[in-house]
Amino acid sequence: MDYTATQSGFRQQPSMRLRNSSVDGADGSQLFEDTSGAGSASQAGYRNQQPGAQAAGFPGQSLLSDPMSNLAMAYGSSLATHGREIVDKNLDRFIPISKLKYYFAVDTVYVGKKLGLLVFPYMHENWEVSYKQDTPVAPRFDVNAPDLYIPAMGFITYVLVAGLALGTQNRFSPELLGVQASSALVWLIMEVLAVLLSLYLVTVNTDLTTIDLLAFSGYKYVGMIVGVVAGLLFGRPAYYLSLLWCCAAIFVFMIRTLRLKLLSEAAAEGRLVRGARNQLRMYLTMTIAAAQPVFMYWLTYHLIR
Amino acid sequence: VALQEESASMAFTLYSLIQTAILCTNAVAVLHEERFLSKIGWGVDQGVGGFGDDPGVKAQILNLIRSVRTVMRVPLIIVNSACIVLLLLFG
Repeated sequence: MDYTATQSGFRQQPSMRLRNSSVDGADGSQLFEDTSGAGSASQAGYRNQQPGAQAAGFPGQSLLSDPMSNLAMAYGSSLATHGREIVDKNLDRFIPISKLKYYFAVDTVYVGKKLGLLVFPYMHENWEVSYKQDTPVAPRFDVNAPDLYIPAMGFITYVLVAGLALGTQNRFSPELLGVQASSALVWLIMEVLAVLLSLYLVTVNTDLTTIDLLAFSGYKYVGMIVGVVAGLLFGRPAYYLSLLWCCAAIFVFMIRTLRLKLLSEAAAEGRLVRGARNQLRMYLTMTIAAAQPVFMYWLTYHLIR
Repeated sequence: VALQEESASMAFTLYSLIQTAILCTNAVAVLHEERFLSKIGWGVDQGVGGFGDDPGVKAQILNLIRSVRTVMRVPLIIVNSACIVLLLLFG
């Protein structure tokens, strides 16, 4: 319905867009960006003529001649935009939308390279995240930057592949999908909380945010999917082989990524630095990296019988 | 039967995560300062040692215990009461 599409740039609905532009706050608070060039340009134009043009907007509606339904429609759409504005304002308080947007700024090339890196990290040399004037560069421009797209897609694919695997063994029922999803999510949350707790206890001064840790913990789903699919296609030996390969790959990947973030500069370059703190940090990095293969096996071995 | 055949890890739900969190927080909150923590050398005055940039693991743990006990006392009362009422009503 055209009347509810307040975000699109329809030139025949000037009153709709007027109301939209009058209640629309800063563009950064929108959940979805208005990519229609016509809409944003005419929004800017209408903002200037807003007071005078609003009265003339009503006769512009041509499709319904009944003024009562016109009024009702206008009221309904204003309620909708008002509600959307409230949701936007309050949602930003609980979930940092702008920060999340950074983690989803990926493109196909990045995803391809990152997946290759997750399965074969041995040839990659430069693991540093590049910065642009103190802010990390978006994942689109830097392979080493963490993102949330691959973990999110990996999680969903893992749940689906688990359902597929259970179905081939005649153990499937729709509730099992929910059980798998929630238990994998619980393990993920517990792992992130454990890592956060251990980072706090060891007082590592790092710029790793919680979302970064979530992203790193979510990368193991890629290896799990590869293992389960290989096991489905070629049997148990293939499952064990591919899982072993992916576990080693994730282990190396995590160590090389976390080394730069957790250890001090000197230790990260490979020089032996004595001191109890550096040793503790080294142990912490190894524990986090070693926990990944354990989880990968734990969450998939019951799928291959 | 299939669900019971699954290992224990598969029975996790988000509700059990909440239960775990409540139980763990309760466990930390009931540690008594005088009767227990001071006796084993984990008292409030025994944690903060140096003021350098390296508090150490023990100091961090003591700090964490003390802050959980201070901050979570009242919310835990509320959450525990709600939990008790819900368990009584719905089993």
